[in-house]
Amino acid sequence: MLLIPCPWCGLRPEIEFSYGGEANIARPADPAALTDEEWGAFLYLRTNPKGRHAERWRHANGCGRFFNAVRDTVSDFFETTTKPGELPPSGGKS
Amino acid sequence: MSEAFRTRDGGRIDRTRPRSFRFDGVGYQGLAGDTLASALLANGVHLVGRSFKYHRPRGVVAAGSDEPNALVGVWRDEASYAPNLRATQVELYEGLRAESQNRSPSLRFDRGAMAGLLAPFLPAGFYYKTFLWPRRAWARFWEPRIRAMAGLGRAPTLPDRDRYAQTYAHCDVLVVGGGPAGIAAALAAAAGHARVILCDEQAELGGSLLAETEATIDGMAAQAWLAEALARLAREPRVRVLPRTTGFGYFAHNFVGLAERLTDHLAEPDPQAPRERLWQVRAREVVLATGALERPLVFPENDRPGIMLADAARTYLRRYGVKPGSRAVVATAHDGAYRAALDLHRAGVAVAAVADLRPDPEGPLVEAARAAGIAIRPATAIAGTKGRLRVRSARLVRIGAEGEAGGGASAGETVGCDLLLMSGGFTPSVHLFSQSRGQLAFDPVSAAFLPARPAERCRSAGACRGTFGLAAALIEGYAAGEAASAAAGRGGAPGLGFAVTGAIDTRGGTLGATPHGRDAARVKAFVDFQNDVTAKDVKLAVREGFRSIEHIKRYTTTGMATDQGKSSNMNALAIAAVALGRPLPEVGLTTFRMPYTPVSFGAFAGFARGELFDPLRRTPIDPWAEAAGAVFEEVGQWRRARYFPREGEDMHQAVGREVRAVRQGVGIFDGSTLGKIEVVGPDAAEFLNRMYVNAWSKLAPGRCRYGVMLREDGFVMDDGVVGRMAPDRFHVTTTTGGAARVLATMEDYLQTEWADLDVWLTSTSEQWAVIALQGPRAREVLAPLVAGADIGREAFPHMSVRACRVAGVEARLFRVSFSGELGFEVNVPADYGRAVWEAILRAGRGFGITPYGTETMHVLRAEKGYIIVGQETDGTATPDDVGLSGLIGRTKKDFVGARSLRRAAMAAPDRKQLVGLLTEDPREVLQEGAQIVANPQTPAPVPMLGHVTSAYHSPTLERSIALAMVRGGRARIGEVLFVPMPGRVVKVSLCDPVFFDREGVRLDG
Repeated sequence: MLLIPCPWCGLRPEIEFSYGGEANIARPADPAALTDEEWGAFLYLRTNPKGRHAERWRHANGCGRFFNAVRDTVSDFFETTTKPGELPPSGGKS
Repeated sequence: MSEAFRTRDGGRIDRTRPRSFRFDGVGYQGLAGDTLASALLANGVHLVGRSFKYHRPRGVVAAGSDEPNALVGVWRDEASYAPNLRATQVELYEGLRAESQNRSPSLRFDRGAMAGLLAPFLPAGFYYKTFLWPRRAWARFWEPRIRAMAGLGRAPTLPDRDRYAQTYAHCDVLVVGGGPAGIAAALAAAAGHARVILCDEQAELGGSLLAETEATIDGMAAQAWLAEALARLAREPRVRVLPRTTGFGYFAHNFVGLAERLTDHLAEPDPQAPRERLWQVRAREVVLATGALERPLVFPENDRPGIMLADAARTYLRRYGVKPGSRAVVATAHDGAYRAALDLHRAGVAVAAVADLRPDPEGPLVEAARAAGIAIRPATAIAGTKGRLRVRSARLVRIGAEGEAGGGASAGETVGCDLLLMSGGFTPSVHLFSQSRGQLAFDPVSAAFLPARPAERCRSAGACRGTFGLAAALIEGYAAGEAASAAAGRGGAPGLGFAVTGAIDTRGGTLGATPHGRDAARVKAFVDFQNDVTAKDVKLAVREGFRSIEHIKRYTTTGMATDQGKSSNMNALAIAAVALGRPLPEVGLTTFRMPYTPVSFGAFAGFARGELFDPLRRTPIDPWAEAAGAVFEEVGQWRRARYFPREGEDMHQAVGREVRAVRQGVGIFDGSTLGKIEVVGPDAAEFLNRMYVNAWSKLAPGRCRYGVMLREDGFVMDDGVVGRMAPDRFHVTTTTGGAARVLATMEDYLQTEWADLDVWLTSTSEQWAVIALQGPRAREVLAPLVAGADIGREAFPHMSVRACRVAGVEARLFRVSFSGELGFEVNVPADYGRAVWEAILRAGRGFGITPYGTETMHVLRAEKGYIIVGQETDGTATPDDVGLSGLIGRTKKDFVGARSLRRAAMAAPDRKQLVGLLTEDPREVLQEGAQIVANPQTPAPVPMLGHVTSAYHSPTLERSIALAMVRGGRARIGEVLFVPMPGRVVKVSLCDPVFFDREGVRLDG
């Protein structure tokens, strides 16, 4: 069970969290302006890197808040976690 | 029987406290402090089991948890029966009952031993190839027989009524293993004021010190030093010492699982006390001091009872005061066996010979053995053994300069013995380190895989790191404890030097099969005793094309099951490496998996059994329903009343009566399980505009609307009525099962996409009890109870909501209907739910008010063609597919899922669409999930046009009805299609999904 540093609550066990998928994928401001391919890419295409991965977590059974994290998908260790709006962590290909 | 093999003195057993016990029905005596294995050996009993595959007679090999053979069943009664316990770990108590396994009818005469004769037909992977023809013979003939014959132990037939506890713990330093290195580590960490947990799998801490009779530490006899060290640790308030506790699994981020056995060693355990406790420890730092395990030698017929590990024999002698035999042959490639030989010699056991594989054994122990007159045969291997139920002799052959043994089946010297000790050297126990994803590296000097790069915050110390000397282990353990304490932010205490005398460092070891000069195809030299894998099997796997050690493991089963490679993996690896012609480190080890030793299911289950397995959610009205004789069903974690049968009614009759009551009079229904979310804030309407397909801005306070929510991919995710309580306040309802998911999705968008919106979301599912009152007479029942609102037909039309009082309780009253009848849903604070329910029941008595359950609710809504998300929809249905495109706010630019709905595929005319089905025979109720085809005569594969989603008998229509999702279904209305069922085909005609009151006039009643 991972230990995850919630930026608000500190280190907490994984069972308190829910995973939120890859980070830094903003919902397009005007989806109607997107082609099907562009919209499909937004919906489905993810980097899925081996190594540093910028991702979202929610402290669902704690403070309830979303935050961003950089986790190494090989070792499962977290490099950083940041509140939304803080300098977005970069990872993977992004 | 007397303990003929008990020494006159010495050992850690209590000679004043005899313990009687039974093994396979025979009574024996042992002593307090014995294990079942040591007590049996004290009585001269070596034969304790039959092997897994060949049913060969087997004896005790080891003295600890690495025991592969002596697996026994132990029980107080049938409910407490525990199979496959290692006799070397079963502590003796008065009256203990144990039995051997894998034999029938008895250990001495076993029918299954026939398997030994069949051995040529049972090579590695035999079940993959031998029994495949004829095909049906496997399932009918071979499998049942092999299953009956193979396998170890039996499962208890009664439920386990013991209690198993679970606990979480945090510490600065967790030390796994209570031998010299582990104790030193704990002492160091304790000196640094760290919070320490020290666990050891044995009943007593001390590890190798428990059998140490010569060495001194800091001027004290080793065992006296041990006692003082443990006393010091016991005085430390920050140190928790856990004996009988196995560190079985090392998980991510220093999360370590410990299994503590609490009562299995007691003659009369407190029935209230837990039998075992599962510790889930999160440690800042971990010190692994898990020791090393002696390797068996792989020589022909190395599995007879009486053949055991040299250090195990020494442990039996020194710790338990048991002579494991009368005349011993010692086979070794390691100095340690000389110590065992000397100890046995001094205890009066004749040591006939020491056969050392090494050409020039030397060192102080070898000299001491020579001085004691023990015959030492250098460059000598064991070419075979004899003895059916106990080893009777060993044949010693010289190894030539080429490393090969003199040939022939009768070459060499036959030496009579009843005990054959073997030592192939020691394998560091790197199981936990490897489980933690730490990287191992092969050390050519010690010919072992040692911890190299840890992945976690952990240190290895002592024998598990290849550090074998007592002084070195103590110093290394102390340094590891000190460093761990400092790394955990506690103090580091100045290093203690340990002055050790009398401990002699040992060297040597060998890997793989030893030379024997016999036809390799005809001998059985066991690599893995527990799984009956021989050197030949490993070579066969390589010959058959397996290259990866992981595949070889699975094909031969070596290192599987409870052994987990403790005794076998290095030998198997070495044999495979030779067969593959590749260097051993390159072939690599198989992955170590948890658990290190088996953990009972009870410990994992803990309290989560029976009623506590999954929490049951009950509504405030549930006790009333139970008293009223409701039949319940489980919906997710909720328990819901399904119907309320009256005397003599079956479900069909009860549901028929309940449905007619709602259609003709008034019914009352507990809808408390509905998900509810309070959406509040200046931007609440805008937020809902974005989340739902519907438009909310123009919804006036006091009105409500049926809302549909999509996922971003355009498919229906959830639905429910949303009431506007105030310009900035919405009462949102969701499906029963979708509540948490909907709230999480809303939070996701609110926090991460539209953080600028000023909105608050609060789950209120459990705060409101919901009482649905449905039927043409609902208003008459309710009106007298309502204060603060006019619920008249005009003042309070369909899809309205009011804050008011019902039966004197503050309420939110909705006029909504999921039955198609005039309907109200009374929301009151949950604690008042039952009182208001009963008040309404009293008020309705004169109207024949009828409680109804979920089954009736389903029939009512199906008659009206109302969908249930998750029943009609399956995550691939758009709003249009289920006939709800009219809800979509046409002027809205965007909402979740809007863009996806504009994809061409989402408007394809052949999408599955919601329709009604009427069977030709009105009594025939279709099966939900059944497939629908155009022509059942079409050769397979028949194109599937759709499937039945809901099917009921409709009491209102007095015939069966069904809802279905059918390709291009709306355009097919009127057509006849077919539902193929086993042995027959049901003819159906497609119709509008609304079966009753298509105009909806009854809603406005």
